[in-house]
Amino acid sequence: MAHTTAGTDAATATDSGPATDTDAGTDSVTGGETAARGDDRWSSASQRRLVWWKFRQHKLAMAGLVVTGLVYLIALFADVIAPFGTSTFDAEYTYAPPQRIHVDWGEGLYVHGYTSTVDEETLQLSFEIDETQRIELGLFVKGEEYELFGLIPWDRHLIGPVDPDEPMYLMGGTRTGHDLFSRIVHGTRVSMTIGLVGVAMAFVLGVVLGGVSGYFGGRTDMAIQRLVEFFMSLPSIPLWLGLAAALPPGWGPMQRYFAITTILAVIAWTDLARVVRGRFLSLRNEEFVTAALLDGCSRPRVIFRHMLPSFSSHLIASVTLSIPAMILAETSLSFLGLGLQAPAVSWGVLLQDAQNVRVLSTAPWLMLPGLCVIITVLALNFVGDGLRDAADPYKR
Amino acid sequence: MLTFIARRCLFMVPTLVAISLVAFAIIQLPPGDYLTTMVSRLESEGQSVDQAMLDGLRERYGLGQPLHEQYLKWISGILLHGDFGQSFEYGTSVAGLIGDRLPLSILLTVTTLLATWIMAFPVGLYSAVRQYSAGDYIATTLGFLGLAIPNFMIALGLMYVMHTVFGYSVGGLFSPEFRDAAWSLAKVGDLMAHLWIPMVVLGTAGTAGLIRILRANLLDEVRKPYVMAARARGVPERRLVLKYPLRVAMNPFVSTVGWVLPALISGEVIVASVLNLPTTGPLLLGALQSQDMYLAGSIILVVSVLTVIGTLLSDILLAWLDPRVRLGYR
Repeated sequence: MAHTTAGTDAATATDSGPATDTDAGTDSVTGGETAARGDDRWSSASQRRLVWWKFRQHKLAMAGLVVTGLVYLIALFADVIAPFGTSTFDAEYTYAPPQRIHVDWGEGLYVHGYTSTVDEETLQLSFEIDETQRIELGLFVKGEEYELFGLIPWDRHLIGPVDPDEPMYLMGGTRTGHDLFSRIVHGTRVSMTIGLVGVAMAFVLGVVLGGVSGYFGGRTDMAIQRLVEFFMSLPSIPLWLGLAAALPPGWGPMQRYFAITTILAVIAWTDLARVVRGRFLSLRNEEFVTAALLDGCSRPRVIFRHMLPSFSSHLIASVTLSIPAMILAETSLSFLGLGLQAPAVSWGVLLQDAQNVRVLSTAPWLMLPGLCVIITVLALNFVGDGLRDAADPYKR
Repeated sequence: MLTFIARRCLFMVPTLVAISLVAFAIIQLPPGDYLTTMVSRLESEGQSVDQAMLDGLRERYGLGQPLHEQYLKWISGILLHGDFGQSFEYGTSVAGLIGDRLPLSILLTVTTLLATWIMAFPVGLYSAVRQYSAGDYIATTLGFLGLAIPNFMIALGLMYVMHTVFGYSVGGLFSPEFRDAAWSLAKVGDLMAHLWIPMVVLGTAGTAGLIRILRANLLDEVRKPYVMAARARGVPERRLVLKYPLRVAMNPFVSTVGWVLPALISGEVIVASVLNLPTTGPLLLGALQSQDMYLAGSIILVVSVLTVIGTLLSDILLAWLDPRVRLGYR
């Protein structure tokens, strides 16, 4: 989806975009015919278009954008994509190894079943993939019922065994016999939204405090700067842990989710505040701000209509870069067992199972949620880097 | 220079007070106070509760008095007597527990910081001087990966590979035969053999960040006119880079200590828990899980104060290296 729009835009932009971007601003007089054509495009394009053009040149950032988009789509349609619900498990298949999907052109998709053996001494279950058994899979098969977006009741799943009672563990089973693939897909929701919700809170705090600090300067600035420095000088994880441990144990998953997000945001706002303050300080003495003040604009109007838009792209870049940090923080907290807890599913919660080397050596697939974290964080970092480079499209 | 140090120390005082307030708040946050937790614990174990002892403890911590008096009692106990309170989980004084583990935490953090510098310096230098070379791309990619992979995933991955491929179990800081032995040269050697793993795991993110900063700074610096002027006069390329631009670009090595240090101490909690190191990290985690709040709050206090002191030292070092910082503080 994102690909097609990018493709058509790229086709129109290659003839003029990159070639003229070094001298776009200055040479309307000296430039030849071709430059003048590009110039038109550049001088008439909106700021948003310029940023987009510049962003698109960053290949890694585009790739990151596609991956990030996909991950959020998975989060949105988690119920459809996951073959099973969060509470479905089969204790007979604890630590079942992952199955490979086979394609049989005549009959469709299938996986092989398991034969399990119990070790006489340790009573440990071990599984073999049994090549003689075939479990038929289908696309959009009937399975557990759920409510799409919490509204539309539906029972189809993107992929699943045709007979819902047959075992299917595409990424292996967990300690409790849950399907890891389903759980990772469901966990996408919490892990990805905690980044968004937390950053949104941090954003409000950061913009308000940073803005006040940079706009008024003087004593206010001094006080807020000390506050920022204080938060930045503290080691964050011990503090998060301390606050998270103080949450009442009786709280449900939803309350915990918001409490943890708030705790993360309370410590994460400082970076944003610094960016906003720096921008405000440099803009405060610009002529257009003085002009707006002389025209009799009120202070809020000067701030929100004149100053904020001129650095909104920088702000978006900083926000994008703080989402992955938030995701990592949640994962670490949950991994240590002080973040979200069992009935809630997030990548960090899933990684709690992977703390022990002995477990890992029998079930290495338990590290897969970590791979998801890495891919997502990498993608978001690339997007943020691309945005930061593109935030000032007039530069060079 | 002395005025700078004095001013900088003065600025530190409110920070330290604020840290102690936060630590105190963390001690107070869980429902119930120290004594109710202890009483319910003793009763659940079927032991009788000695009323005289309870009163003594209540007097000692100022429980039942208003919060600010409790705080004063707590903080003056720490400042005047080094008394951090009692850990009910271990039944001993918090100061002793922390004292056992803190030296190893400090050792780990400081050696990791040094390792970060030693690893980042040549790579960053190479990356900038040979921009867009194959080596630069490799370093940049590794840098991105280092920033994206959570510490504990590196630790888990390393443990898994060591365990399955080499059949060697990673973890701890000492081999079993040295764990309770007295300090000797052999024990130090054993420590060094174990220390490199948490050092690598902890240092990755910091190294990655530092490489990026050094590269960017050096690239900015070598484009400046004075470098071109020197080149025009025929100064050899090697000397050209090493003599001035590198010195200027080196600043972040010291100035980033302010955020690398808190990050290291944060990371230490997780990595030490995964690798099962005898440092303050797992102690803090255990204390928080069992709601042993005097221990937890004290660790947070000590660790934060040490971080702030480390940052102060790095600021002083930076002011000594760079006159602009010194003058800017006036």
